[in-house]
Order: sequence, then structure tokens, then C-alpha cells
Amino acid sequence: METSTKEIQPFVIKSSKKPLWLKGWNRIKRQRAAMFGLAIVLFFIMVGILAPLITSYPFDGFYPERTLVPPSAEHWFGTDDQGRDIFSRIVYGARISLWIGFFSVIGSIIVGCLLGLIAGFYGKWADSVISRFFDIMLAFPSILLAIAIVAILGPSLFNALIAIAIINIPTYGRLIRSRVLSVKEEEYIMSARSTGMSDIRILFQHILPNSITPIIVQGTLGIATAILEAAALGFLGLGAQPGEPEWGKMLADSRQFLTVAPWTLLFPGFAIMLTVVGFNMFGDGLRDALDPKMK
Amino acid sequence: MKRPLLEVKNLKLHFPIDKGLLEKEQKYVKAIDGVNFSIYENETFGLVGESGCGKSTTGKAIMKLIDPTDGEVIFRGKDISKYSRKEMRNVYKNIQLIFQDPFASLNPRKSVGKIIEEPLIVNSNLDSKARKQRVHELLELVGLHAYHSTRYPHEFSGGQRQRVGIARALALNPKIIIADEAVSALDVSIQSQVLNLLRKLQRELGLTYLFISHDLSVVKHISDKIGVMYLGKIIEQGTKDSVYAKPLHPYTQALLSASPTISSENRQERIVLKGDMPSPANPPTGCAFHPRCFAAKPECKMVQPELRDVGDGHFVACHLYNEQV
Repeated sequence: METSTKEIQPFVIKSSKKPLWLKGWNRIKRQRAAMFGLAIVLFFIMVGILAPLITSYPFDGFYPERTLVPPSAEHWFGTDDQGRDIFSRIVYGARISLWIGFFSVIGSIIVGCLLGLIAGFYGKWADSVISRFFDIMLAFPSILLAIAIVAILGPSLFNALIAIAIINIPTYGRLIRSRVLSVKEEEYIMSARSTGMSDIRILFQHILPNSITPIIVQGTLGIATAILEAAALGFLGLGAQPGEPEWGKMLADSRQFLTVAPWTLLFPGFAIMLTVVGFNMFGDGLRDALDPKMK
Repeated sequence: MKRPLLEVKNLKLHFPIDKGLLEKEQKYVKAIDGVNFSIYENETFGLVGESGCGKSTTGKAIMKLIDPTDGEVIFRGKDISKYSRKEMRNVYKNIQLIFQDPFASLNPRKSVGKIIEEPLIVNSNLDSKARKQRVHELLELVGLHAYHSTRYPHEFSGGQRQRVGIARALALNPKIIIADEAVSALDVSIQSQVLNLLRKLQRELGLTYLFISHDLSVVKHISDKIGVMYLGKIIEQGTKDSVYAKPLHPYTQALLSASPTISSENRQERIVLKGDMPSPANPPTGCAFHPRCFAAKPECKMVQPELRDVGDGHFVACHLYNEQV
């Protein structure tokens, strides 16, 4: 019965020293659709960064003598009613859309996560107050709420970003709250308590890292939604202001030329679609790679 | 006589049940209902009982991971049961818990080194280099290797993970370790390795254990004293030898007869208990065990028996032994 513990050699697993995120990446790499989506996303990011190098016309160059020129070697995507080169506008528009997509989602995630963590962890009245707040926000059609917020703040691109961030808070807040509710019952949280750890440390060192995966997935998909919402606000004249090459705004400005110059609508619409598809495919791939208990 | 290191006095933990619309009385699940025991330094106290009897809850109530409703937990002469969370931090340096499930009690996102280091970050003022050193010491102490510290919990087997759990519990040099079903989730061959490790650590570090288990043979292997719990109460308590050699309470007799033995001489006739453990929300009147007891007398239905001394530090709560006192 009495065996010395020294004899027991733990069997050595040839363990990869790779950090966890690298393992997740390896799994995403195998998903063809996700990689395709990522390629599209990276393509648009590159386009946005390299915008001055790949365009030969300024995005707000105003050429009254060249209005509504169809696509040609000189103007790849044609020109609009004010003679502005659509290709340049779309390339610069990538900056605006990606910027809005990323930062509005990051904003919603930060606020949503904080509220969700508090609601899930402390429960009781904190949970009731925060959850009812989410319910109330979700009771409004989101675009209507965004319109209301922009109307209060005044129409501009930045205010559109704020509005989009605000309307998406409950999505992330609820998601993280539900994760926290299950994670906080895990035994490793009890064991963290038993070392005398503070609530803050438990929340941010133990609960948050174990609840964040669905948020990353939802956030990636959320960028696509945010880009669409920004386009919708731009279309309504509440986001980008005249002159700014925002894709939704471009659609709105050109809709009267649908029959005479369809390229003025086709290319911005196509750009929106492609980015959204890219983020959606990448987000779906992320979900498949990360959700089945990341190991 | 020595003073006990940890004394639990009349510990109670009652969970309120949501009352219906028409019910006037607030009902409680009495998970722990007046538990008393003392543990002396360097000793192992085994707490046994079937699942749902409140033994794990007792461990957690001592640690104040669940706040007890009533009673005292006296550690080194001070009642810690009313301590605030801040005051408890000092207690956690001295009392640590080993958890039942080695797969659930380690954070899957942290490397083993980080997991063991964490109590040191929170509760000691060692610098990062000294902490690393200590983590390596602890890993070697529990039979793992220093290079394991960069691995993640899922890269280990169940027995190895439980060793990690033990290393974490030892990080702060505690006096008492509460082992809550520490080996139940492991298979038998690993169980004995971990039990032997615990005994080795007890000898080398002068630890005191509260060993909670449903497994009688495991408890017999490691304990000095034993308390048998039934429905939130300790019904029999004594030294290991006296309880195993001469079980007095009918419940203990039934439990012991159910645990398998190897030699045919010692084999007793098996006592099969009828029915299940009653609900702690609605316990039977009198002795909680009387509906299942093979020796129940009429008074068992009426009067709750007290835990009384029947000599040699052997206590039993049963009406059958009233006359002998």
C-alpha cells in the first residue's frame, strides 16, 4: 500500500509550448471559409492603409466637366454626378467603414462587458437594474434608436459611431452576463475565493478570460452589422456629411441616377456587401474554431 | 490536554426555500444542523457520510465560502465564523481547500505555474522571482517537475491535476488543509498515490487535515478520528479504531457492512438500508434516521437523540445506548 511518491514519474506529454491563442489560430487556419473571409477583411484593411498610393484622383476632387462618366480605363469605377472618381471614394471609404466598424464594436464591448460582468457576478438588484436597462434598449428597433441618438447629438460621422456603439451595448452585455452566470459557479472560481482574492481580481483574471470567447465571435460579426448600420445612417444623411466618402452616403447621393448611371450605386453597394460578407465569414469561422471548448 | 487547532461548535447552515404564495411559514433546507467537532494539530479528521448529508458544505462553511447561519468556527482560539472577507484573508493563509474535481477546480486559461503562483500574489509579499522559485519547489514537492509550470491544466491527467490542486493549497504554508472529496474523482490506483502523497506531506510539513469523503476505505486509510454525518448532523464520532472496530450507531453499522472487505473472516452480514435519505427540507421527527433504522424504537420517532459520550472519546447519537451511560 505504501508506495513512495518519488517513484511515480508523471508521464511526459510532448507538449507544445504554444500559447492558447496560437492553437485557436491553427484551428481557424483549417477553415477555408474563415480564411477567405479573413482575406477579404485584410484586403480592405490594406486598401484603407494604402489609399493614397492606389488612387490617382483625390476622393473629393470636383470635376464638373466629367460628371457621370461610365467605368473606363481612366476612371475604373466611373464618376458620380459631381465628377468625383468613384474608385478613389470607395478606397477612402474603406477607412471610414472599417474605423466605424472597429471602434463602435470596441466601445460596445467595453461598456457591455462591464455592465454584463457586474450584472452576472453580483446578481440581485444590480442584475435587475442592468438587465431591465438592456431590455428597454432592445425594445426599440435598433436603427430607430440610433436615429434618435444621432438626432440628439447632431449628425456627424463620429456621432453615428457613438450611436452605433450605444445601440449594440445590450447584445454584448447580455451575452457576457449569461456566460458569467455559468462561469461563476465553476469550482475554480470557488478555489480563487478560497485564496482570499478580491472580487476585482476574480472578475478580471478568472471570469472575464473564461467568458470572452463568444464576445470575440460576436464582435467580429458585429463589425459587419456596425458597417451596415453606419451605411444606413449615412444613407439617411445622419452619419457622414456631404463630401465624406462614406459608402452609405454615396448610395444615398446617387440613388436618383440609378437608371442613367447604375455604376454610381453598384460599386459602393458592392463594397459594403463584400466587407460585410468578409467579416461574417471570418466571424462564423471563429465561432467554429473557438466555441467547442477551446483547448 | 492539548487545545484543538480547529474547533467547530454547533455549526448550522440553513438555506431558505422560496415559500409558496399561501404558505405562511418560511421553510429551510437544513444542510448543516448543529455540527460539533475538534481537530488537533497534526491529526486527520475524517468526515464521512452519503452524498447530500452536508459534509462538503461543512468544509465550505468553515472556509466561509458559504456563510454559515449559526455556530462558531474557532481557529487558534478565535471565532472566524463572523469574520469579514478582509479578515478572512489571514485565515486563508492558514486554512486551504483541496477540491473534489481536479478537472473543474483549475482555471483552464491559466498555466499551472500561474495557478500555483496566484495565492502567493494575493496573499504574500514575495517578489516575482521568489514566487517562481516557490512554485518550482511546490511542483517538486507534490511529485511533478518544475518544467510543468508552463503547461495548461488540460495537458495533465486527473492525478497530476489533483497534485497541482494540492500544490496550490500548499503555496501559503497552511496549517490546516480541508480535502473535500480530494480523491473521489480519481481512479483507485491514482487514489492511493494521492493519499500517500497527502500522508507524506502531513509528516514532512506537520499538516492537519479535515478529510471529507464518502469512501469509507479511503477515510480509514488516512484518518485518525472519524465523524459520521447523516442529514446535516454528526451521529457518531470517535477514533478510527474504535469506530471501525465497534460501530455503535445502526447507520454506521450499515455503512461499514456495505464497504467491501477482502478477508472472509471479517465479513459481516450485509445490512441493507431501505429507502433513501429523507429530504433535509422536511426531516423526520425525532431521530432523523428512524424511518430507515432496523433497530428503531418508539421513542426514536419522538425524541431527537443527543450526541453522548460512551467512553474512550467515542460519541454516538442514538437511543439504543441511553442505558449504558
